[in-house]
Amino acid sequence: MTQMNRLAGGQIDRNKTCKFTFDGKAYTGHQGDTLASALLANGVRLMGRSFKYHRPRGVLTAGSEEPNALVELRAGARQEPNTRATTAELYDGLFAKSQNRLGSLKFDLLAINDRFSNFLTAGFYYKTFMWPAAFWEKLYEPIIRNAAGLGSLSLEDDPDVYDKGFLHCDLLIIGAGPAGLMAALTAGRAGTDVILADEDFAVGGRLNSETLTIGDQSGAAWAAQAMTELRSLPNVRIMPRTTVIGAFDHGIYGAVERVSDHMHTPDAGKPRQILWRLYAKQTILAAGAIERPIAFENNDRPGIMLASALRTYANRFAVTADKRVAIFTNNDDGHRTAADLHAKGVKISAVVDVRPDAPRSMDYEVLQGEVVDTKGRLGLTFAEVKQADGNMRTLECGALGMSGGWNPNVHMTCHQRGRPVWNADIAAFVPGADLPAGMVVAGAANGDLSTAGALRGGAAAAKQALGLKGRLPTMPETEDKPINLKPFWYVEGCSRAWLDQQNDVTVKDVKLSHQEGFRSVEHLKRYTTLGMATDQGKTSNMGGLAIMAELAGKTIPEVGTTIFRPPYTPTAIGVLGGRHRGQEFHPKRLTPSHRWATEQGAIFVEVGNWLRAQWFPRKGETTWRESVDREVLATRNSVGVCDVTTLGKVDVQGTDAAAFLNKIYCNGFALLAVGKTRYGLMLREDGIAMDDGTAARLAEDHFVVTTTTANALPVYRHMEFVRQCLYPDMDVQLISTTEAWAQYAVAGPNSRNLLSKIVDQDISNDAFPFMACANITICGGLRARLFRISFSGELAYEIAVPTAYGDALMRKIMDAGAEFDVTPYGTEALGVMRIEKGHAAGNELNGTTTALNLGMGRMVSKKKDSIGSTLSEREGLNGDGQLYQVGIKPVDANDPVPAGAHLMNADGPIDAAHDQGYVTSACFSPNLGHAIAIGFLKDGANRMGETMQLVSPLTRVHVDVEITSAHFIDPEGERLRA
Amino acid sequence: MIIDHPLLGPRDAAEFTYMGDAKLIDRPDWQSDTAAQDFYEYGYLRDNPAGWHEELWFHEAGDRSWLVVTRNTVTHEISKVELARDVARAKGRSK
Repeated sequence: MTQMNRLAGGQIDRNKTCKFTFDGKAYTGHQGDTLASALLANGVRLMGRSFKYHRPRGVLTAGSEEPNALVELRAGARQEPNTRATTAELYDGLFAKSQNRLGSLKFDLLAINDRFSNFLTAGFYYKTFMWPAAFWEKLYEPIIRNAAGLGSLSLEDDPDVYDKGFLHCDLLIIGAGPAGLMAALTAGRAGTDVILADEDFAVGGRLNSETLTIGDQSGAAWAAQAMTELRSLPNVRIMPRTTVIGAFDHGIYGAVERVSDHMHTPDAGKPRQILWRLYAKQTILAAGAIERPIAFENNDRPGIMLASALRTYANRFAVTADKRVAIFTNNDDGHRTAADLHAKGVKISAVVDVRPDAPRSMDYEVLQGEVVDTKGRLGLTFAEVKQADGNMRTLECGALGMSGGWNPNVHMTCHQRGRPVWNADIAAFVPGADLPAGMVVAGAANGDLSTAGALRGGAAAAKQALGLKGRLPTMPETEDKPINLKPFWYVEGCSRAWLDQQNDVTVKDVKLSHQEGFRSVEHLKRYTTLGMATDQGKTSNMGGLAIMAELAGKTIPEVGTTIFRPPYTPTAIGVLGGRHRGQEFHPKRLTPSHRWATEQGAIFVEVGNWLRAQWFPRKGETTWRESVDREVLATRNSVGVCDVTTLGKVDVQGTDAAAFLNKIYCNGFALLAVGKTRYGLMLREDGIAMDDGTAARLAEDHFVVTTTTANALPVYRHMEFVRQCLYPDMDVQLISTTEAWAQYAVAGPNSRNLLSKIVDQDISNDAFPFMACANITICGGLRARLFRISFSGELAYEIAVPTAYGDALMRKIMDAGAEFDVTPYGTEALGVMRIEKGHAAGNELNGTTTALNLGMGRMVSKKKDSIGSTLSEREGLNGDGQLYQVGIKPVDANDPVPAGAHLMNADGPIDAAHDQGYVTSACFSPNLGHAIAIGFLKDGANRMGETMQLVSPLTRVHVDVEITSAHFIDPEGERLRA
Repeated sequence: MIIDHPLLGPRDAAEFTYMGDAKLIDRPDWQSDTAAQDFYEYGYLRDNPAGWHEELWFHEAGDRSWLVVTRNTVTHEISKVELARDVARAKGRSK
């Protein structure tokens, strides 16, 4: 029994057969089918289970608005949940599974939920699972999450790539139906740069679904001819399989192109999808309209669908959902479906029309009345009709088309907070006047529901968008009839009549929500979940609004709509992320010594985007502490080398360079001699410390400023702000040179001996004292910079060369230092040595501390104006009781001193009210043989030698500690100046 | 959004960093008698209008110009883009 419901004609390629499986069963279809049309062709109406009640469901639509037929597409790592069968293009080997079921689709064990529907009404989860509170997280929520829900994830990495692209155009046309095609022809012929995007794989929109003619050819043939002409125009770019998902500011649109979703696997080198950012000067929205269903009892059985969908399946895909079809309509469009299906040999059980003046037919029965109930457990078998004369009729049918009128697709007109307006003629919302800038709406999206109206509207919109003069050209002859709709939303007295099939929201739920006091449409949405999830209520919202309006005694426009937001259709996170995932999530910056460090087996750590060597393990070392202790001791005893390139470097030049630094640093720089370096502290304007570093004066008008690694960017931004916005006439220029210079710290008593072998100049203590800086040469002529500065507290230098020589310099230092057993050290040893010296770093400059807190209060010059100087004098930041940076060591040398622990008075209670301070940085000091820390303590300067309690309830630490100077090693700084 | 840079033409807003109210250009005089109050107001009291707003944007992924962008915070419409340096000079800032 293959493709029992396949009809003649259609736009499928019967020469190309595609094999596919659904829930493990093999079927065949044709190229040009969707998964939904191929399943219907094979007599499969049951495609899913509903969200809450697990009711059997089939397709409702033939497009991207589909609420029901959601499947898991593909297998293994490529498995994708919640894919709409109505838009999934069929290909040979397609593999799909139904979802949201326990057991098989036909015998879903969770269908029991339907029996308990009285307990699962709107807001049931607010009412039912109130107590005990602990049960919610542990019991209720996992059960509900398991039972209610959609598809499942593969939990494997997606093997495919997703790209991002950027395109510019004069005119973006969204939708390639009759209006969009006519707009593209008009603009394309005028030479405009046009992008024409459509979510479908076949261009033509509804023209492919209809039997109407344009001029002397079928609508589909006219669309094909228009495409041929557009393809010949070099200024027109046609983008099928491309959904415009959002209208953003200033003519920027987001679009997702499904490059490979219609293939078994993407072609080599091709992405699965592309996220396009489209920059359009003008936009024509020609997104068409979506038919709406009618609510009646049990209107959700497989086989019941939109009448226009039945027509699409018959005319485009040559498929009928069943051999016997009934129609329930409130307008003339429903009759068109009956006529088309009848012409294709499908039996029309009857057309049920609510209007007394419905058109008659010679071919089938037309009843005035309403469908009041249906039967059929896994698919429709009978429809019960109550005729206007009161008689009941039972219609035998396996498919029922609902036609409740059409909703223009106003979605994109509202992305910039536009609000649609009510059009009583078609009983629907149409775009308002507050469109996104540069947008014109045409065709059915604008409420122009006839084909002639769409063609006219498309041409007129193109002329309007481009400012073209002259009359519209003569349009080809085509259908131009009104649909003569009588508004009809639901059958009186129905209760389990579905408005939102995706979220299982019925007429009863909307009434209940009204009873319980939810008056705003936004509240209705949240309480009942009407219009949520993947379809965002494209087929359901209007029904809910209409009922709400009736209950509240208001009109539909008074009730209004919920806000439409991007994306227009569900969008995979993968395509939003593009290639920025895994290792490519953010850029990786490598230091100049990276390759060398890799050769040494360094362990790396991410610092911002940088990868820095954290430590260099040697053979036999089993813990990181062993390596770090060795690196620290080797540096303090002989010489160590560390890549400090990542510190930010800003070149400051100009006759006002010193005056400029006086503004950005709280301490003075005007009197700094050429050839000298000074530590500088930058404050924010509110008086809090921002960053610290050094400024080296290489010439009267030339400084090199360093920043911390993490703040390189914000500090540079701040310096440019001060330069451009506050002191625009200062003669000073800034440029970041962080990546231009490779810079290494060479530290330890043998550092001078080592560097003397490399540096061409005399660097004796007399010639190059502590805090000296100079342009030098090394290795017989290579230009370099030397700074005698020290973060470790040892005799130390930082030496910089142009980055291209960074690798060579590191190897040179290691060679020249071999006789001193020079030891490379990483960020951990760097950290240990700076804590031993009590130097503040990021943990101390943490956005809450002042110069005073850092023990540098006297550095803030009162003789000059600098950023932050005025507000640093605020009362609240000064006076008694301020935090002060101190050193902390355990009374028992074996005790830990964890970072984050808080200080309490020795005899005081341990609680937040009596908090005295906290530990910011801690480490094991291999030089002292015990843990040490620095931190902040109230009035810390006056509490040296005090014993306190250090507590960390989180890590269950409670030890006695002694407050000391933060300078644990060489407090007089003799080593630095040696 | 697209910001029409006075030197470089239209650029995507993603290239910029936002800082907020352009009143930050009006840094008070530190020697004024009311300096403490002036700096407090400068640092903490900002308008947050629903409508036209002059704000500072930094072309961080571009030419590193600070710009004063006059933008409607409700519609995101941009009516004017100037170099902050020119604005600062016009307000009398110098060295």
